[in-house]
Amino acid sequence: MKPSLSLTRRHFLGTAAAFGGAAVAPSLLPGQAHAAGSLTVGFIYVGPKDDFGYNQAHAEGAAAVKAMDGVTVIEEENVPETNDVQNTMQSMINFDGAALLFPTSFGYYNPHILELAPKFPDVRFEHCGGLWGADDPKNAGSYFGYIGMGQYLNGIAAGHATKSKKIGFVAAKPIPQVLNNINSFLLGARAVDPSITCQVIFTGEWSLAVKEAEATNALADQGCDVITCHVDGPKVVAETAAARGAYICGYHADQSPLAPEMYLTGAEWNWAGVYTDMVTKFMAGEPIDNFVRGGLADGFIKMSPLGPAVSDAARNQFEATKAEIMKGGFAAIKGPLKDNKGNMIAAEGEAFVESDVALESMGYLVEGVIGSTS
Amino acid sequence: MTDIGLWGVPLAILGGAIRVSTPFLFVSLGECLTERSGRINLGLEGTLVFGAMTGYAVAYQSGSPWLGVLAAALAGAVFGLFHGWICKFRGVNDIAIGIAMMLLGMGLAFYFGKPFIQPVAPDLPAIPLGWWSDIPQVQAALQVNALFIVGGLLALALHWMFRATRIGLTIRVVGDSTDAARAIGLNPDTVRLLATAAGGALAGIGGAYLSLYYPGSWNEGISSGQGLMAVALVIFARWNPINCFWAALLFGGAGALGPALQSVGVSSGYYLFFAAPYVLTLALLILTSSPDKALHGAPGELSITK
Repeated sequence: MKPSLSLTRRHFLGTAAAFGGAAVAPSLLPGQAHAAGSLTVGFIYVGPKDDFGYNQAHAEGAAAVKAMDGVTVIEEENVPETNDVQNTMQSMINFDGAALLFPTSFGYYNPHILELAPKFPDVRFEHCGGLWGADDPKNAGSYFGYIGMGQYLNGIAAGHATKSKKIGFVAAKPIPQVLNNINSFLLGARAVDPSITCQVIFTGEWSLAVKEAEATNALADQGCDVITCHVDGPKVVAETAAARGAYICGYHADQSPLAPEMYLTGAEWNWAGVYTDMVTKFMAGEPIDNFVRGGLADGFIKMSPLGPAVSDAARNQFEATKAEIMKGGFAAIKGPLKDNKGNMIAAEGEAFVESDVALESMGYLVEGVIGSTS
Repeated sequence: MTDIGLWGVPLAILGGAIRVSTPFLFVSLGECLTERSGRINLGLEGTLVFGAMTGYAVAYQSGSPWLGVLAAALAGAVFGLFHGWICKFRGVNDIAIGIAMMLLGMGLAFYFGKPFIQPVAPDLPAIPLGWWSDIPQVQAALQVNALFIVGGLLALALHWMFRATRIGLTIRVVGDSTDAARAIGLNPDTVRLLATAAGGALAGIGGAYLSLYYPGSWNEGISSGQGLMAVALVIFARWNPINCFWAALLFGGAGALGPALQSVGVSSGYYLFFAAPYVLTLALLILTSSPDKALHGAPGELSITK
């Protein structure tokens, strides 16, 4: 409830400013401050920025931007994917003078950024995860990383660690990025042993602690002995899995401090480099691509250090595959491959490399994944 | 690990009932006590969240989870006292104050809880009641937290208190008729103040269970409305503490249904299974309702029944 209270205050201030200063001094509003050689950058998070997960990964990137000269960083946490985010963006632009915004949550893009971008042509909106299209505003952009490759590497560590040949995935919602992660996790494990299956449980929400714990317990009950997840804050999943004696592959950020003995490795975001790059370009007045993507080789993602439970065989295959991915053009989804309903998704010789845009509208779970997208 | 297949579903429901029900149980017992004295405290969701934060913070700082539970109970009692104190003034609506207290509790918890999202506090210990079984899944499902057992005993104790003790009679008289209570020399405001404080303390303990045992971590979405549902459970349980216990178990077990069904391969339509607790509640309310005694058991002074 706190955000809406502060927004009311902002609304009040906004109205007051419109009454008091609209005619007199629009140029005195701090919105123009960035012209003077300093830049204000706004970061917006959907949850708390120390959640051991998605938001923490972005906040670590924001911290790197904060350390740059001439840059002021403003942040707001717990902003829902509703009109609230439009209010937050407007107040960052109008009152804090932000000229570059990073609204980081998936649901901020459509319709919220698409609605605001045309109204503030001088402000740059950089969105994580969205699919910027040629018809979208030119001052908006989307960036994302091929983190599915990280889940593929997680799968290799998991494939060596599992004894039951069953691995588990706690997923939030069946959107393409999540499905890609589930598929990649299983395919990585199947690169070790093709008889491995992956059980997926959808919780329906990005952050729902009790349901995530229940899902993890249900996976452990069914004998899954390596568990990973795609929810905003993997803390609960990691702690619950460790308590049930299952190994953990991390996601978003490094969760190894939560269960050092049971943590195999993890697929982490590495936003620091991406963000400082974008800010440097923006300050120099150079154009930023509207559609930015990168993988392990580009420093968009990284792997957590391998944990003590990882065997030598696992380590060798992990490092070899990682080197393969670093060369670029790696494909986890390659033919012949069926989905778990029996439909052909890649014919013999067909392959979807990590950078293939088709992967960003994925709507299937591959053969060997036990679960359903609806 | 033994392959238990479809047995996973009833086992998950049993395990879920034991793991998830405790916060529902404590909040609904607290609310039951408050409502039997003739007052509604809708703010228990805020108390639950604040209790979760306080419990986690104190357990982390002190290293003792039980100290955390105590602190959560004290914090809950303070919230209850505040609610009870404001409500004694003339013309104050207890429902409106409750909603305000809910927002206040959550806001304060988010504000003070900021530094405790990341640290890991010690968990409350569990009692392994599944020692008789060789199956690890059964052992895991029967890891019972002491607070669950305390909650069950408390339900019995409250039931006995209402039925057979002087304190119970006092609370019932105040809840059923303010005038009658005054006539026999009771001070309804004091009784309600104490009942609301005790109810708040119980809700605080429920919150500590959330952050210190299951799911065992503090973050801002920890409760996801459990405190509000528990208040509704009291009506569902017809203001009877024993029924509160069963209602909480039912709710916890039904909540485990969605993940459990997905884990055995029944995966389509999971959003529907997630609605199971609410559908069950509705169905039971309809089945057990009757036109003659629709609000049977409701305290006479309760503002929703007056």
